[in-house]
Amino acid sequence: MASYLLIESRDPYDSNDVWFCCDLAKQLTQQGDQVTVFLVQNGVLPTRAGARADGLSELSKAGIEILADEFSLRERGIPSDRLMAGVKPAPLDVVIDRLAGGCKAIWH
Amino acid sequence: MADKKTLTFALMDPPYENARSTTALRLIHIAAKRGYDINVFAYEGSVYLAFAKQKPHPNAMHGRNIEEENHVLTKDLVSSLMEETKRNGSKFDWVNCGLCVDERGATEAVEGVRRGSPGDFLKMAEASDNTLVIGTRG
Repeated sequence: MASYLLIESRDPYDSNDVWFCCDLAKQLTQQGDQVTVFLVQNGVLPTRAGARADGLSELSKAGIEILADEFSLRERGIPSDRLMAGVKPAPLDVVIDRLAGGCKAIWH
Repeated sequence: MADKKTLTFALMDPPYENARSTTALRLIHIAAKRGYDINVFAYEGSVYLAFAKQKPHPNAMHGRNIEEENHVLTKDLVSSLMEETKRNGSKFDWVNCGLCVDERGATEAVEGVRRGSPGDFLKMAEASDNTLVIGTRG
């Protein structure tokens, strides 16, 4: 089983290929790999409670870890207690932790 | 350091244009604070991150002089990252893609930056515990 960190920096309101990460996360999970999706920059925009983000909801239901960069949330005025279910705020340090731990990281 | 790691980052974006450069420098800073050895391969527009002729400027629109504007320059951030790794006894190898430099006339880089080729990136990645490629937006 491999560990993957999928870093999504784009938001679905500006880019129509954002769900690439969600699709990849689901496929990797289905084949038994460990996957974390880390949202950064405008990638955190769909984490707002009430935002239309079907892809993220599916990941959450599938039990895939979804983290949102705390700094990116603060920059955009998104309170950590107003995130959709299944999304946890996290420091950017997580990316370095996972890289140092040998996780396969993909930036999108 | 028993858990000392070597991480390689490949960058592509120029400074002052998008959040990817900022996030990349934040990531490198975290790795530097941990005392990791760091390799950076700057490709395409990212060779300007360490361009030595960057200058701060006043902001006439807001009536601020250079000191008040306190404009952050990426060349200074690169230098401070190098100093931090030196203090930690770590290695910091920043390679600017030579062809990318020539195309852009970005030949003057801050001290510590060297010229190289994508072949250097391969060597860096092979010698690292892990590599993150922060590609430009396609």
